[in-house]
Amino acid sequence: MNFDDTPQEAEFRKTARAWIAANAPKQYEEELRKSSLGRTQLKNANILEVAKAWQKKKADAGWACLHWPKDYGGRGASPIERVIWQQEEGAFGKLSGLFIIGHGMCGPTMMAFAREEHKRKYLPPLASGEKVWCQLFSEPAGGSDVAGLRTRAEKDGDDWIVNGQKIWTSGAHYSDYGILLTRTDPDVPKHKGLTMFFLDMKSPGVEVRPIKQANGNSDFNEVYFTNVRIPDHQRLGEVNDGWNVSLTTLMNERMSIGAGVATGFPELFDYCSSLMLEDGAAIEDRGVRSKLANWAVRASGLRYTSMRAISALSRGERPGPENSIGKLVAGSMIQDVAAYALDLQGAAGVLSGPEDADVAGRFQAMLLRAPGTRVEGGTDEIMRNIIAERVLGLPGDIRVDKDVPFNKIPTRGRS
Amino acid sequence: MNFDFSDDQKQLRDQARKFLAEKCSPKAVRAVLDGKAPYDRELWKGLAEMGFLGVAIPEEFGGAGAGHLELCVIAEEMGRALAPVPFSSTVYLAAEALLIAGSDAQKKKWLPKIASGEAIGTLALFEGKGNPSPKAIKLAAAGGTLSGVKKPVPDGAIADFAVVAARTGSSGRDGDVSLFLVDLKAGGVEAKSLTNIDPTRGQAELTFKNCKAEPLGASGEGWGVITQVLDRAAVLLAFEQVGGSDRALEMGRDYALDRIAFGRPIGSFQAVKHMLADMYVSATLARSNSYYGAWALSTNAGELPEAAAAARISATQAFQHCAKNNIQVHGGMGFTWEFDCHMYYRRANALALTLGSLSYWEDQLIDRMRKKNAA
Repeated sequence: MNFDDTPQEAEFRKTARAWIAANAPKQYEEELRKSSLGRTQLKNANILEVAKAWQKKKADAGWACLHWPKDYGGRGASPIERVIWQQEEGAFGKLSGLFIIGHGMCGPTMMAFAREEHKRKYLPPLASGEKVWCQLFSEPAGGSDVAGLRTRAEKDGDDWIVNGQKIWTSGAHYSDYGILLTRTDPDVPKHKGLTMFFLDMKSPGVEVRPIKQANGNSDFNEVYFTNVRIPDHQRLGEVNDGWNVSLTTLMNERMSIGAGVATGFPELFDYCSSLMLEDGAAIEDRGVRSKLANWAVRASGLRYTSMRAISALSRGERPGPENSIGKLVAGSMIQDVAAYALDLQGAAGVLSGPEDADVAGRFQAMLLRAPGTRVEGGTDEIMRNIIAERVLGLPGDIRVDKDVPFNKIPTRGRS
Repeated sequence: MNFDFSDDQKQLRDQARKFLAEKCSPKAVRAVLDGKAPYDRELWKGLAEMGFLGVAIPEEFGGAGAGHLELCVIAEEMGRALAPVPFSSTVYLAAEALLIAGSDAQKKKWLPKIASGEAIGTLALFEGKGNPSPKAIKLAAAGGTLSGVKKPVPDGAIADFAVVAARTGSSGRDGDVSLFLVDLKAGGVEAKSLTNIDPTRGQAELTFKNCKAEPLGASGEGWGVITQVLDRAAVLLAFEQVGGSDRALEMGRDYALDRIAFGRPIGSFQAVKHMLADMYVSATLARSNSYYGAWALSTNAGELPEAAAAARISATQAFQHCAKNNIQVHGGMGFTWEFDCHMYYRRANALALTLGSLSYWEDQLIDRMRKKNAA
């Protein structure tokens, strides 16, 4: 048992470290390090531009999408090299957040299902960040139950005509392309009538409307489709096999290891270490210490769980299922951590202005953003189902709509 | 990076699991639970023959000289099987204290006997309610003899010798505490078995009356040794707790698959699935924290104090969580003497208090994290 690199890993780390030291946008490092959930903008620069510039620089030197084949803009690196890169990239890795959907989900789906000429054309600019991609799955009527989506695609000659509405599309407002899951046959059960496409977000009939979130920011969008034409050669997978195609996408969403999930704990521990309460230093208080200790072991537990997965990668094995706990643990934890940081401030905890609130209102921003983390990318409840079914082998839910044609499924509860 | 046990160590774990499945069935655990014997003598002998008791004891003192990672994988299996033997008191507490502070002669006298299963040892630390603290040590040492009362002492009624924490000064500092080695069969100590929540592991009151004792380690340095022993034992016990958590989770999962209610397996209801998923989360966090503890223990790293506290907290929480919800999944049957669920519940809650309570270790963890940050 050790934490040492193999000689090859050490060599790779050295090369990566040297390149990052010579090329990273250091003027933003401090600010990026201090950014936290709900507080991810840069003060004097547009983060999208900074992120795109960094991504392009990486791509030109062969440091973008490391695990992708070279032909598609990657480096052909091993999984463990990708992890080492992420460790070395550190705070600059936060700039990759804008490309996470494209690199983590759209790219792998294109790689598995697109035509060769499309892969060569679209993947390299996706890897280099010159083109940003989004994922158009969720709908007002299909969130956790994504197969319940209603956006229609109907064949018209060599094209498909799409009408409907998507929601919760991260980054649609700055995306150039998207992968789109549609309903192509409403007369069969819901999983059997879906088809996947990719499309140009500038296509006529695509309208992006930002959603004003509960925390006041707008990271997500509604996307409306009105008679949008998509050529059939942009179809991914067979007609009506879109559900299986989407599983590839979602599988990749959950394979991101080593990036580290935000728990809010390091921020809270720092805060408590200097905070003074009426009776003395917060960190001397029994109640505070008990809370901190409980979160400390959850944060360290996640860190070491991810190290176990990395060790499996290092041995060239597939990581076990234990990494599936990350999002579930971190999501509710960061919410509780933020609420507790406000509790420690007493009545003044309500103040959220950077000039009035402690640590410039970081915890207030975290609190207001946190509910979203327990929903996006799979709700806590869906994550528990996944653990129960795929890890523990418990039965799937009884699905009353499984064999019902999609257009016969009830659409309202109380009617 | 290889943050995992080696193939050899995993093989040892499999070997221990197989051995315990054969020699330590729930029926064997119940014999001790029902008071038919103070501990499972046959199993103890078998563990010695397998070389498990001395796995981390150097060869020169009669052990296998393997190491603490090997001891961790065996501890996990002991916890999974609820082994009703004085393993933790003898191997994690007494043997570790001897390894840290014992003279060559003391090691030569006791360690081979531990490895061969001839001697049961323990640590006599607590004196009634409260957590580990030098201030709580009242038992007095004078002129090579000890006088006072220790309780609870794990496996104290069956132990052959004890490492005893005694007061040798009155400055109010850590330096007031010294350790002594006492042959419990040599007279001067009265042992009384005490009823406790987990009868598969004994607890006792030891009364020392001018009892002859030899110093273990230098005078006034006892508290430092105790702190080290507790840290090392915390990691090893965490593996027992991890083993117990996994088994309790499996029992719950298996029952949820078999039990039919409302026309379907209860494991198909989300209320039950989610409860089991949360148990898996706790068990996984505990396992990962414990692995870090194992690494720190086996390399004697500077990180050990923090890693031990984290493993201790995480594993205590996980075993308590899995054991209580295992009963909940089983419903009424889980609350019968006949089903094994309560044995895990008892063990989980007993282990949560051995070495000091959860709140004590929470406090320790924060202290240690601050020290690290300050350094």
